[in-house]
Amino acid sequence: MITNDLTIKIGGEAGMGVESGGAGLVKALARGGLYVFGFQDYMSRVRGGHNFFQIRAAAREVFTFNEDVHLLLAFTEDCIDRHKHEVVRGGAILYDEALGCDSRSLEALGIKACPVPFSKIASEAGGAPVMANTCAIGAAAGITDYDFERIRDVIQENFGKKGEEMAAKNLAAAKAGYDYAKAHFAQGFEYKLRAVPLAKNDRRMLLNGNQALGLGAMAGGCKFIAAYPMTPATTIFEFITAKASQYGIVSKQTEDEIAAILFAIGASHAGARAMTCTSGGGFSLMVEALGLAAMTETPVVIAEVQRTGPSTGFPTRTEQPDLDFVIHASHGESPRIVIAPATIEDCFEAGWRAFNLAEKYQCPVIILSDLYLSSQIRSIDSAGLDFSKVRVDRGELLTEEALEGLSDYKRYLLTDSGISPRALPGHPNAVYVATSDEHSEQGYAIEEAEPRRKMMEKRMHKLELASKEDMREPECYGDADAELTLLCWGSVYGAVREVVDRLVKKGMKANLLKFTDLWPFPAEKVRPYLERAKHLVAVENNYTGQLANLIRRQTGIQVDGRILKYDGRPFSPEEIIANLKEEMKLHVKTG
Amino acid sequence: MSKPDDFLSPEDPTWCPACGDYSVLRSLKEAMGVLGLKPHEVMIVSGIGCGSKVPYYFHANGYDSLHGRPVPVAQGIKLANHALKVIVISGDGDSLGIGGNHFLHVMRRNPDITQIIEDNQIYGLTKGQYSPTSAKGTVTTTSPDGSLETALNPMVMGVAGGATFVSRTFAGNPKHMTDIFVKAVRHKGYSLVDVLQPCVTFNKVNTYQWYKQRVYEVDQSPGYKPQDKRWAFDKALEWGDKIPIGLLYEEADAPTYEEQVPALAGDPLVEQDKGFLNRRVLADEKKLKEAFC
Repeated sequence: MITNDLTIKIGGEAGMGVESGGAGLVKALARGGLYVFGFQDYMSRVRGGHNFFQIRAAAREVFTFNEDVHLLLAFTEDCIDRHKHEVVRGGAILYDEALGCDSRSLEALGIKACPVPFSKIASEAGGAPVMANTCAIGAAAGITDYDFERIRDVIQENFGKKGEEMAAKNLAAAKAGYDYAKAHFAQGFEYKLRAVPLAKNDRRMLLNGNQALGLGAMAGGCKFIAAYPMTPATTIFEFITAKASQYGIVSKQTEDEIAAILFAIGASHAGARAMTCTSGGGFSLMVEALGLAAMTETPVVIAEVQRTGPSTGFPTRTEQPDLDFVIHASHGESPRIVIAPATIEDCFEAGWRAFNLAEKYQCPVIILSDLYLSSQIRSIDSAGLDFSKVRVDRGELLTEEALEGLSDYKRYLLTDSGISPRALPGHPNAVYVATSDEHSEQGYAIEEAEPRRKMMEKRMHKLELASKEDMREPECYGDADAELTLLCWGSVYGAVREVVDRLVKKGMKANLLKFTDLWPFPAEKVRPYLERAKHLVAVENNYTGQLANLIRRQTGIQVDGRILKYDGRPFSPEEIIANLKEEMKLHVKTG
Repeated sequence: MSKPDDFLSPEDPTWCPACGDYSVLRSLKEAMGVLGLKPHEVMIVSGIGCGSKVPYYFHANGYDSLHGRPVPVAQGIKLANHALKVIVISGDGDSLGIGGNHFLHVMRRNPDITQIIEDNQIYGLTKGQYSPTSAKGTVTTTSPDGSLETALNPMVMGVAGGATFVSRTFAGNPKHMTDIFVKAVRHKGYSLVDVLQPCVTFNKVNTYQWYKQRVYEVDQSPGYKPQDKRWAFDKALEWGDKIPIGLLYEEADAPTYEEQVPALAGDPLVEQDKGFLNRRVLADEKKLKEAFC
């Protein structure tokens, strides 16, 4: 019997309730005190095709999915065909008995074939065919001997607002599914789930990277967001917009991404903490304005949630292809700061920290996330999103008192730090013009060489300062003294972290370096970590190994190996280990 | 009260002698005097081009943005601080060519801002290429055989696009121009001013003389009904031997965009939660987290 360590996969066509069913089940598991990790794989269409939702439930905290599936809930035959080879021997497939599935072929693979009359039960409960998904969730709890109360609570909560009748029908379907699976299939199925009592005040949250990022931005005093819908960034925009009126935030959907960033720049120039969010394609359109913000020294936060490129690429699939792009985007040379969260907790912190960096350095700050991070959900201890650490630092923003005593204000005053005291428009003592042209300290357009040189140095100096004062060294996880050091950034961290755990468990000395602060690259802080390492392998979701190249450019250090993936799918730990064995010729035993 | 001289900048204009931009600048200052606005109460946002240099020569809060992009910047500023009088000023290429998409959408929103198009039917600062308002057949360096596109008519677009104040004036009639600027800024909601303005260097067709022979003050003509959209369409379509100037269309009581945003019901956004921006969010930590539990 294996308790509280399994993977459940739910698959079917778009519109069959794969996502809502998965989200309901994952919640019921998290409420039961289990640590869960879930992610969705979906196609760029509203109906049909094939989508799946994968849930890993464990007794300890987990940061990644695993390849092995123990329980498959299949709404279509296509789902069974696609995923039966992922199901372990002794695993089970729960499917609608109405599907013409050959159970003997599954049994031949060592899989327990479990036909359940999902749609019959759904219609007997008086519901629409889509309610089969609720029935299946009940069946998943039934076969694993999980506590039905947890399922019931979630159904009550999710359907309660749609009326009692709706809730009752779903509940009946779930219970019938539960009873059927428990009676017919629970015996002999060795993967079980058992609720773990949580301490009284221990509340566990279930949220994804984009929600955490949005919450972080709000906690950091974001007052303005403008955006144009683009997968996978839209959910940040939706999250903040839903709460905008309540928290005194202005949210504006614009005609395009060009306008979105310019609205944010305008709002920020006037004094509001302002952001926009988009993916690589939208960021391409924002590039012109990125230079404007740098030139006019206007703070602005851009959340760039990467997806598979180039061009439209895979709209609903993951990649990390834009690191080089965001670091170098825009004509001319200008400062910007790039931070890349790797976990949901990081997303929260990046959300508020980005505003402080933007206002301190009066330049654009890009939060570089990715699709896999944006949509993965994980159970997190309530304290994991640490509100007590949140600070609002508006940098050298002139106070009301300072403005009163001001004469001969120079918005672009040359200073040693490169940062000039900033006045917001609207005060009689600080009337000035900001311009995209090269300008004097007062802000007027100039053509002379010497003032241009000084202005350029002033702006670019901010990068040196940020590198020294704010950019963080990489975070090391695992043995300090390791034979193998894996380098990662962004969502790849989750899988790499588990690789380190598995290698260490096998007796190998391994660690990882997680890079979050990518530009200005803190080369001097990074160098000691790299010099200490014996064998460096970068693991990245892109074709060229952009972090590895950045390290090479900034430190002169060449990493020893690269494991790269650019098929639109996230890494599994198993895949990384297989690559390590293959490419590094390391004698690593895999479990 | 303020005087036009309050808006005097230390910078000297770089425009060609006799350029229409000089009289636009003068009228703008005079309009500020009439309106009693002070420099710190006004935010002037421009694009790139000859006329977009106005913020350097007009002492007020200024943001000289990118070519084609002042309109979204101005809307962001207005949403963050609706106490500011926000005026956009840029040329015809800026407003209707590269900025055309922003123009379409700002009209639908009715923010309380004024957009002045310095319309000389030519790209001046790049030294004389045809623009979106150039007449078909205009011969320039990039259309040596005559341009093949018909001209955009910003007045028709304004009336059709949902602008609540659509007007045209002429740089050769400064008094009229000042008056229109005053009315446009006073209008609650989005106001569009198309300024017919000769480019004395690169447009040898649409000269002061050419305009003087054609323009007439539309509010002096019988049956003047700027509240009537059909009438306004008729007038907006008039272009040729006779060109109407003045207010062509006005919808006085439409709510502004800002008025409809719940977060802006009280103080300007920049005045809210001052000194403690995240007060409301931090106070709700428990509730916000609970929603995920």
